Amino acid sequence: MSDFVGGFWSVYVAALTLISVAACGIFLWVQGRAKHSAGETMGHVWDETLEEFNNPMPNWWRWMFYITVFFSLGYLVAYPGLGSYKGQSAWSSSGQYDKEMAEGEATYGKIFNAFLQQDLKTVAADEKARQMGERLFVTYCAQCHGSNAKGSPGYPNLTDEDWKWGGEPETIKTTIMGGRNGVMPPFGPLGGEVIKDLANYVRSFSGLAADQVRAARGKETFASAGCVACHGADGRGNVAIGAPNLTDKIWFFGSKEETIIETITKGRNTTMPAQQDFLGEAKVHLLAAYVWGLSNKAGASAPAAAAPTGK
Amino acid sequence: MSEPASAAAPAPATGAGDNIEYSLFEVRKKIQMRSVSGWFAAWRWALVWFTQLVYYGLCWLPWNGRQAVLFDLVERKFYIFGLIFWPQDVIYLAILLIISAYALFLFTAIGGRLFCGYACPQTVYTEIFMWVEAKIEGDRSARLKLDAEPFSGRKLIRKAAKHGVWFLIALWTGFTFVGYFTPIRTLIGEVQPWSLGPWETFWIFFYGFATYGNAGWMREQVCKHMCPYARFQSVMFDRDTLIVTYDAQRGEPRGSRGRAADHRASGLGDCVDCSICVQVCPTGIDIRKGLQYECIGCSACIDGCDQVMDKMGYPRGLIRYSTERALELGWGRKEIFGHIMRPRIMIYSGILAVIVAAAVLALAMRTPLKLDVIRDRKNLGQIEEGGRVENSYKLQIMNTSEAAHRYLITVTGLAGIDINHQKEMEIPVAALTTQSVFVDVYLPPESGRQGSNRIFFDVKALDDASIAVHEKATFLIP
Repeated sequence: MSDFVGGFWSVYVAALTLISVAACGIFLWVQGRAKHSAGETMGHVWDETLEEFNNPMPNWWRWMFYITVFFSLGYLVAYPGLGSYKGQSAWSSSGQYDKEMAEGEATYGKIFNAFLQQDLKTVAADEKARQMGERLFVTYCAQCHGSNAKGSPGYPNLTDEDWKWGGEPETIKTTIMGGRNGVMPPFGPLGGEVIKDLANYVRSFSGLAADQVRAARGKETFASAGCVACHGADGRGNVAIGAPNLTDKIWFFGSKEETIIETITKGRNTTMPAQQDFLGEAKVHLLAAYVWGLSNKAGASAPAAAAPTGK
Repeated sequence: MSEPASAAAPAPATGAGDNIEYSLFEVRKKIQMRSVSGWFAAWRWALVWFTQLVYYGLCWLPWNGRQAVLFDLVERKFYIFGLIFWPQDVIYLAILLIISAYALFLFTAIGGRLFCGYACPQTVYTEIFMWVEAKIEGDRSARLKLDAEPFSGRKLIRKAAKHGVWFLIALWTGFTFVGYFTPIRTLIGEVQPWSLGPWETFWIFFYGFATYGNAGWMREQVCKHMCPYARFQSVMFDRDTLIVTYDAQRGEPRGSRGRAADHRASGLGDCVDCSICVQVCPTGIDIRKGLQYECIGCSACIDGCDQVMDKMGYPRGLIRYSTERALELGWGRKEIFGHIMRPRIMIYSGILAVIVAAAVLALAMRTPLKLDVIRDRKNLGQIEEGGRVENSYKLQIMNTSEAAHRYLITVTGLAGIDINHQKEMEIPVAALTTQSVFVDVYLPPESGRQGSNRIFFDVKALDDASIAVHEKATFLIP
């Protein structure tokens, strides 16, 4: 694709370039034939007495200048420079990028693909794969999930046992590959008092301090308002649709009463971006194994002392 | 060059009435330098030996199991004996350049273009190559005759032999140059099976070609047309700078005369007009015209003239090192040397001494440990389950020494602060390696104020208490 918006500009650039190069050559030629009188100064005077002669330059200097003129012409034939003309070598910076990516793929591809053939639990047990996964995590995932993978409000803690969409290795891989979109519909129309009752009921699920009177009212609303449809009658959630388990101590946005009220009133819409196209399956495979390993290995914890990242 | 020479000489400084027209470009006239010996020539050759012994020899010295002087670009470390420079140490390069600049100003203000005449690689290599040329083609008159000769077998053999030796010297020079970037013993090992890398090969031949071209062909053209030193020398000189001068008062009027004749009586000066000062000049100038930009201060003309003065029985020093002020006021050696310690020299020396001392001190006091604290950007501060505030950091620990160490990391600055739920943590780091550690720092919320708090990370080597760094960081309480 040409960078030029119209044919005119391409011709304009090419013409200017060629004329400039030719002009340099012609100027050299003319100056080679020019004559100067001996002892004649250039005519300027600085600081009252400082003047300048025009002594001859050595010939080799002139020949080197000619060489640059011819080199330019040769270069412009071989490489793009004259407007939209692509040059004999058809070099482009995107082509260079593709070539380097292919070289990288040839070098590193076999390492990644070796792990891709193994199942995720085997990969999680491999120390080298763990380190690779850790480096990938720190580069691509830590911006949201934190370098220790413990997340923050709205971004899940990957080191705990609670999984919104399922914690099996394959499920984790699906999450990373295709992304997830968690939607809690807003229940604002229920009214402030009703929502406050619900909030207290939800808090009582996990043993947090709650107003018992409100919690009792909220229990009825929980069934009638439709919460059970997603969160289940026992409030244990549904991994198929990403509805969180409300009975545990792990909170996506925080356990304060006003936070839960906000969640119910306004709803929530959170996204895990899909990494399939960006990272490719091989890297996601390593990442899935790494993330699963964070909560599924004896003594496993957040990224601790990493392997030397370089000399 | 195929262009015919259109004028015999460049525009002379004299002759406003001359109306000779000349071209703006001229064919270069080859200078066949006459060889000379003397006190200055001996010094020049001493410096040739010294600089080349250092250049060709230094890369062969071992140190600690590696090459002593190695600029490892791939690993981004420069080794100079026991000193190792990482990219973060580029300030020392800046300081080295500043020291070089002030040293240059200092000795140029004292003695003119000492660097050009004695130490510059262009001069040194040209001298080596011209020595080879003299050995193969003969002395100046023999060389002039050879150049003027029509092409013959004898001429071909001599020229080919000369270029052959030049080529070998240049190749070895290029090889040595690359040997400072890739260990030279490895390079030598790669020659036989011809497994030199493409870039190594390129640089060996490039640098070799540059040596051959500059020392064999270009010679004084570099000094006259390419090097900036010639052009700004007048800024660095003053009226008390020692420069190569022709004592016109003593020498003029010049003319040939017999040895025994009383030349003063016949109105002649000491200059016998033998033109030896012109013949020995590597840049082909006539020093009798005064200081010119082409003069590189090699003092070959001094040696040459002194020899003639000896033969004629006159005192030496018709061409000698003197200063503008000394010539004007008729000073002798004592006054000239007395005037070396003038304000300009004192100031340069003072600045130089201070910078060198500071640099040496800084290098001696370097800690072989660097620490970078990089906090998590998005997760500013979290309240974890126990109610404590958690901040996450990545610590990049750079062990710049050539020995592995175990380091102790502690965090201080606020009451009750800990690192990964412990008072301290230990971590081993291999020699010359950067290691990243991810740590979580915990703090009871009442120990600090909301927002930013100042904390410190201390990293200490367990086996050497002097290796320690104290880095500040911020702890955020939401």
